Amino acid sequence: MKPARFRYLRAASVNDALQALAENPDAQILAGGQSLIAMMNLRLVKPACLIDINRISNIGYIDEDGDGVAIGALARHNDVKHSPLIRERCPLLTEAYESIAHHTVRNRGTLGGNLCHADPSSETPAVMVATGATLMLQSLRGQREVGAEDFFLGTYETARRQDEMLTEIRLPGRRTDGWAFAEISNRHGDFAIAVIATTLRIEDGRCEAARVVASGVGEHAARLEPAEEALIGGPIDDARLDAAAAAAAGAVDPHSDSHADAAYRRDAIAALTRRTVRRAAARCD
Amino acid sequence: MERETISVTVNGRAYERAVEPRRLLSDFLREDLRLTGTHVGCEHGVCGSCTVMMDGVTARSCLTFAVMADGAEIETIEGLGSVEAMHPVQQAFWEKHGLQCGFCTPGMLMTAVELLKANPDPSVDDIRDAISGNLCRCTGYQTIVESIQYAAKLMREDGP
Repeated sequence: MKPARFRYLRAASVNDALQALAENPDAQILAGGQSLIAMMNLRLVKPACLIDINRISNIGYIDEDGDGVAIGALARHNDVKHSPLIRERCPLLTEAYESIAHHTVRNRGTLGGNLCHADPSSETPAVMVATGATLMLQSLRGQREVGAEDFFLGTYETARRQDEMLTEIRLPGRRTDGWAFAEISNRHGDFAIAVIATTLRIEDGRCEAARVVASGVGEHAARLEPAEEALIGGPIDDARLDAAAAAAAGAVDPHSDSHADAAYRRDAIAALTRRTVRRAAARCD
Repeated sequence: MERETISVTVNGRAYERAVEPRRLLSDFLREDLRLTGTHVGCEHGVCGSCTVMMDGVTARSCLTFAVMADGAEIETIEGLGSVEAMHPVQQAFWEKHGLQCGFCTPGMLMTAVELLKANPDPSVDDIRDAISGNLCRCTGYQTIVESIQYAAKLMREDGP
């Protein structure tokens, strides 16, 4: 099929884009277009107006930000995937990119667009929640910061308001945390059947903090708090791994589709929790 | 109907055309420019048949509006080589039977060219990873992988 008609506006600056968003309440931002145009071709969405931000210069940056990283709205997936700064400061994201899309799609697709699209099986929201990233939203009314945990609200639904643009993603520095990402999908680079992203902090052999975040098994990426509670307070031994895996499986309410039924997804979540926790524990400094 | 005038260079030749904003780059190439070597399979970014080069890197032309390519340099399969003077990747696909029906071939070739530019001596795993976004329903991929390996060899021997 072909996309429905739309008005096309090209923004030359972020301010231009914000102005256009304010003046066109029926507009959507067009970044890489790797999800949006596919959905438009299938007529799953019919935006009346698109604001193309691809011509805005200087918003594809990946910069140091204190001990963390600041990523501009137009940073392409392949730039993020291959960034030495991100590998050093947010290796969880680098590891996740091993499972994200195919090379050609990553040439054009952007991290910011991917987050705003908020596909329930997307990998990057899980990484944002696991690392405690902050998303900067800007409109003509001003700028606000939203924590990743508060950003993802539902299937294709975020806390971004219609007149706001995601202008920057801020990833905190790693400090001593261990990390691991694992995914099960039908084909390498495809939509995930189940995803777990885990970060852990271990001090004197005792797990002090944990985030176990699932994607692909609910409306949006979310922490599995019962699994986190099962890990905190002692060493990461077999008993804690078993408890966390069981708690993770019990904390999700997955759907069934042609790729996998709910029971399979639940088993996958248990297995991925076990794998990521074990690997994250080994990576704690 | 609202139209935008765009200037695009395709295979070294400059074109100026007025297009509807919803015109996909794939349809622009095939229907407006009559360059039908670029194939459209799934039209939602899954099959990779419509892969072209845009400013030196591969892009899904079905996931790009022609207006987004304004000012860009596009290379399609027609620009790769000719029957008389085949690109080494074309030569290799011919000799090693890297195609049967030929539908996925333009996308496979553009993807292979991008891979070999970055990695002149790819392993089988590198090749399989690179073409993982391109679907072929005939070959089982075996002969495609062999073709790309052979193309790499031809290009290394042919190189400066």
